[in-house]
Amino acid sequence: MLGLSKKDTTFLLIVIFLTLATPILLQPFPEGSALAQFNAGYPDLMQRFAIYGIFAIGFNILFGLTGYLSFGHAAFLGVGSYSVVWMYKLLSYNVLPGLILAVLMSALFALFIGFISLRRSGIYFSILTLAFAQMSFNLAYSVLTPLTNGETGLQVYTNDPQVLMSAGSPTSPHFFGIVMNESAKIDVGGWQFTFSNGYYFCAIIAIIVFYLSLRIFRSPFGIMLRAIKTNQTRMSYTGLNSRPYTLAAFVISGMYAGLAGGLLASMDPLAGAERMQWTASGEVVLMTILGGAGTLMGPVLGAGFIKYFENIFSKINDNILYAWFSALPEGLADALVFMLHPFIGKGWNLTLGLLFMLVVIFLPGGLMEGGSRIWGLITGKNRKSKKAGKDPEHHPKPSAHVN
Amino acid sequence: MARGFVGAGFTMDAIILQVLNGLDKGSAYAMIALGLTLIFGTLGVVNFAHGALFMLGAFCAVTLQRILSLSYTVEDPTQTDFLGNPLKVDTPYIVSWFGDATGNAILNWSVPLAILFAIPVMLLIGYVMERGLIKHFYKRPHADQILVTFGLAIVIQEIVKYFYGANPIPTPAPDMFRGSVDFGVMIGFAQNEIIYPYWRLVYFLFSAVIIGSVFAFLRFTTFGMVVRAGMADRETVGLLGINIDKRFTIMFGIAAAVAGLAGVMYAPINSPNYHMGMDFLVLSFVVVVVGGMGSLPGAVLAGFLLGILESFASMNEVKSVIPGIDQIIIYLVAIIILLTRPRGLMGRKGVMEE
Repeated sequence: MLGLSKKDTTFLLIVIFLTLATPILLQPFPEGSALAQFNAGYPDLMQRFAIYGIFAIGFNILFGLTGYLSFGHAAFLGVGSYSVVWMYKLLSYNVLPGLILAVLMSALFALFIGFISLRRSGIYFSILTLAFAQMSFNLAYSVLTPLTNGETGLQVYTNDPQVLMSAGSPTSPHFFGIVMNESAKIDVGGWQFTFSNGYYFCAIIAIIVFYLSLRIFRSPFGIMLRAIKTNQTRMSYTGLNSRPYTLAAFVISGMYAGLAGGLLASMDPLAGAERMQWTASGEVVLMTILGGAGTLMGPVLGAGFIKYFENIFSKINDNILYAWFSALPEGLADALVFMLHPFIGKGWNLTLGLLFMLVVIFLPGGLMEGGSRIWGLITGKNRKSKKAGKDPEHHPKPSAHVN
Repeated sequence: MARGFVGAGFTMDAIILQVLNGLDKGSAYAMIALGLTLIFGTLGVVNFAHGALFMLGAFCAVTLQRILSLSYTVEDPTQTDFLGNPLKVDTPYIVSWFGDATGNAILNWSVPLAILFAIPVMLLIGYVMERGLIKHFYKRPHADQILVTFGLAIVIQEIVKYFYGANPIPTPAPDMFRGSVDFGVMIGFAQNEIIYPYWRLVYFLFSAVIIGSVFAFLRFTTFGMVVRAGMADRETVGLLGINIDKRFTIMFGIAAAVAGLAGVMYAPINSPNYHMGMDFLVLSFVVVVVGGMGSLPGAVLAGFLLGILESFASMNEVKSVIPGIDQIIIYLVAIIILLTRPRGLMGRKGVMEE
């Protein structure tokens, strides 16, 4: 189906099913129960899963396939957001023109930045992309204030032209009348499921771009990119110029990032320069590595994982901890709360940093590798395949480009 | 041409002032970049946690200041506060131990004293970091090294935030250095033309001493000679029966100490906060790359050069011609240098090339 092998079609169908059923699947605990705080089925969070999933899928096309580690992808996220908000200001709250502009603008940006940065590889490439992103961030804060509204962030004001606005148009982001922040709530027994327009809009786009990335992974182009990651020198010996391929990968992943940024502004009509800061670039690197760079599902899992735990961990406080440990003797409960205290609430970043270090140290393949290792332990299957990989001469390990 | 510049505000004193202004930031860049290059040159590791080491140094100064000002409270029955209760007087232990004059002097000089405190602490942190974490990453790709040290930087940053809070902590310099010096008079200008804060001058001199001693250490001691030999050809040095790993570990400690000292002395210039390291790290990496990966003189040169360029770019006369140039000058220079001189200003052949 759709030019995919049978296995991939099944895979895609599973992904589609999971994505569409997310509002139900992420709401496993009934309302009002003690575990309800672990539910993630509310629109705001689900939208972020989908959007950052798109961002990470795009980043993975560059880093996972070619091995070029970009530390400046947040710039495209910012460009996307600004484009969408500008379209709100000039035309109307319909998100479509904005999203198209976001993808085009980020493609142009990526073409420019990529054309220059890709002249170098390795750490130099990382530094160059970082430099460009920091430049965009600094400019957005200072000189480009007329375009970006500086520290306040770009938003729609009542005196903006909005030439396509008619009397009946919705006054918040919508897609041909489907208003993003509207949702239907359905109560089933103790459960409450929220089906939000915004989430489904993001989810459908996410499915489309996931399908595209699946096609890229399986295409000759994708194989070429992987060849570049494995051994670029050998590629040039065969007389192949790898630059157009890496540039194409860079532009594609920039467009994904622009789309993600545009969607962020589609859910909440605001764009701020902090979206371009290099910590935001670092975040998408974290997501991709955590999930498993170079795998299809990994980056999405990583994005979901980070966003979910960011949300849950930052909400847990000492009182909730005490409630959990109420069965334990008092002294022990106190000690446990004291030990866990730095890692919860505002300490979420500490947990994230530690987790990230552990993953890089022990599980370079990310969650996906962990999953397949566990699966291998259960089925006892991968012993054979491991042996095949042990022959370094004939099966060189693909290494990242930063060498 | 020269006339035009002078007309636009580029008088001699303005130029000297901007050079001086650039020196203090340049000193910090140079010291951090020097440490980064040392680590890279010896161990071949790209250390994204180096900014965090700089920040830890600054917090050494904060910690020492807090330890020194630990005080006990006594009620002074002879005085009353505005509510009529006996006045509570906080007396730092240090004052009661050493007497008023000495005690207060120690408190006042807490930042310079923190140098003595920071050196062993930073050496230890560097040693632990290398043995505990970095050691296991020699054979891994640079991407993994970047990522794991990036994670470490986040962890260090969050720990500091947990203990010291998110707000900048003012850490004043000794009273003696708090004012400004009329630098122009010293070199033959009229009064009040070139005013420069004392502490920044101290910072520059301090960094010159530190950088000088690192170079002297590498050049004139046997230890330094072995390390340089190891940087050139690690394997051969190992074959000669020298335990080069141990020496490289010590160099990592020294690099950490250099970053830490840069941080200690920077505390009065900019009140330390938990993310100051990250802010400096990005720039320091740019500095290292501009100077040439693996070149120690290149790192120092590029540090000062970019510091001075940055301060020139923030002059109003320049900003009125190219708005916003002060925000991007460093990155712009880095991009131009990387594209025209791929190895950086003083990069050697064969370093960091596939």
